[in-house]
Amino acid sequence: MVAADLEGPYEPGVRRADLGLQVHWCVLPFRVLLVLTSHRGIQMYESNGYTMVYWHALDSGDASPVQAVFARGIAASGHFICVGTWSGRVLVFDIPAKGPNIVLSEELAGHQMPITDIATEPAQGQDCVADMVTADDSGLLCVWRSGPEFTLLTRIPGFGVPCPSVQLWQGIIAAGYGNGQVHLYEATTGNLHVQINAHARAVCALDLASEVGKLLSAGEDTFVHIWKLSRSPESGYIEATPLL
Amino acid sequence: MSVRTLPLLFLNLGGEMLYILDQRLRAQNIPGDKARKDEWTEVDRKRVLNDIISTMFNRKFMEELFKPQELYSKKALRTIYERLAHASIMKLNQASMDKLYDLMTMAFKYQVLLCPRPKDVLLVTFNHLDTIKGFIRDSPTILQQVDETFRQLTEIYGGLSAGEFQLIRQTLLIFFQDLHIRVSMFLKDKVQNNNGRFVLPVSGPVPWGTEVPGLIRMFNNKGEEVKRIEFKHGGNYVPAPKEGSFELYGDRVLKLGTNMYSMNQPVETHMSGSSKNLASWTQESIAPNPLAKEELNFLARLMGGMEIKKPSGPEPGFRLNLFTTDEEEEQAALTRPEELSYEVINIQATQDQQRSEELARIMGEFEIMEQPRLSTSKGDDLLAMMDEL
Repeated sequence: MVAADLEGPYEPGVRRADLGLQVHWCVLPFRVLLVLTSHRGIQMYESNGYTMVYWHALDSGDASPVQAVFARGIAASGHFICVGTWSGRVLVFDIPAKGPNIVLSEELAGHQMPITDIATEPAQGQDCVADMVTADDSGLLCVWRSGPEFTLLTRIPGFGVPCPSVQLWQGIIAAGYGNGQVHLYEATTGNLHVQINAHARAVCALDLASEVGKLLSAGEDTFVHIWKLSRSPESGYIEATPLL
Repeated sequence: MSVRTLPLLFLNLGGEMLYILDQRLRAQNIPGDKARKDEWTEVDRKRVLNDIISTMFNRKFMEELFKPQELYSKKALRTIYERLAHASIMKLNQASMDKLYDLMTMAFKYQVLLCPRPKDVLLVTFNHLDTIKGFIRDSPTILQQVDETFRQLTEIYGGLSAGEFQLIRQTLLIFFQDLHIRVSMFLKDKVQNNNGRFVLPVSGPVPWGTEVPGLIRMFNNKGEEVKRIEFKHGGNYVPAPKEGSFELYGDRVLKLGTNMYSMNQPVETHMSGSSKNLASWTQESIAPNPLAKEELNFLARLMGGMEIKKPSGPEPGFRLNLFTTDEEEEQAALTRPEELSYEVINIQATQDQQRSEELARIMGEFEIMEQPRLSTSKGDDLLAMMDEL
């Protein structure tokens, strides 16, 4: 567990946690970085956890006084680190193999509402394969292909509830929603193939065991469920089976 | 952190405070003709509630409250409620004020936790306002103030998205984090465990807009359903009957935020056994607060907006005891754990000369009455003398 004080003097050890803090280990081809987000900005540390290599202050320029300003949603894609923001813009940082020469290379526009979560998976090696999904407070999902420039492949509209958590696995998008449902979409087409009435309250988090294709959903209803993801041998359509 | 959380926090905590005061005043009620000079009557009770409610819903105060701003510390907020509770002829000792604030915060924490949808915190607020209107139904001017606040709430919160309400919910829950005071009513009803944690029910109606868990549907490329699996999900849920009304008048459906004290049971709080989780709370109160200066400004603005009516002549102060006996109140004050003491903020504001003058002026406005405390204050004289704010 890591807690960090973005403004105080450097001090090793645990300090007062800033509110709205998110932490994520980003595994890149040649290094691992620890990324922290909050309502002030984005910090990146070496894997030792205390050498800061980059600080990005959030631009609250066009925020109205009633809008909360923060960064939320962190994921690594190839040698990029993507971080979501309150405005819906996704910041793409280009990370060198070593050293602090990190550059903000792109700002993705696709969302109008605050980003909630980002999921990535290594590109499968074919053309037009989606390897990143971003989700926002309206439930909208954007499907991207990474590269020197990221390309928006599909948009999957929301239905009035936030999508707090999203996962991507073998071309399957798993999305957990504020109304307790978990949806599975085909990343290439954006089609909904599985709809699970999983929880009686909002889904807080999803996690995926990629080797075995098991999806875990946790909800505010105090329950945790595990689902087995698969494809039908006949049709190839995505299927899900409840395990727990 | 949402900057729109404060009005909801303030109004709901205020509502709970009024419920508790109403219940305690009724419990200590004596019929008018039989009452001695130092005992509560029905007329006194109505007057206290009227005074507090009209102060709470004062237009300038509400204007300040509804401005987008961060939540401040529990200590700062408690100071506001202490002022509010003393907006009338009633006085509370520290021990009683502490207990009042404990009950208020735990009650609203419970309501926020159990809200089916994040948006339902607005229905909880409306429940509080509906009951408050019941308290002052004979006073059209105050009723109008409350209705005006209602309209403001609808204007500001009516159009917020589910995501924004989720952020408000998180902001509120962070405020209530690590508060695990046990409340006898909650313990008895088994909605709170002995360690102070609330019980989250896994049965009952699902929130409006949520399906009952237990079904997986699978579709083909054309969106046609091709397979279904039902599963047992562990809870015992039923569909939601209907959505609560967000109109000025209407059936809120949700019971959270209604007056749970109307059954006239005395409600106790338990201090012992909650010390295990106080570590972080203690840290919060000891570490110097970098926002202290802003808190002072905030308090000054809020209190500047509060209009305290001064009674026309010198009047006796009535003391209300939140405990069943005076001895119990005294005992509670002595045995309250150090970590749970709410130190009232001393507004000295030594740094800014101009600001300290402004604050001194506002503080002066709070001297509600010159108390002839020795002969006419109700209740225990010694303790009443220690009530200097």
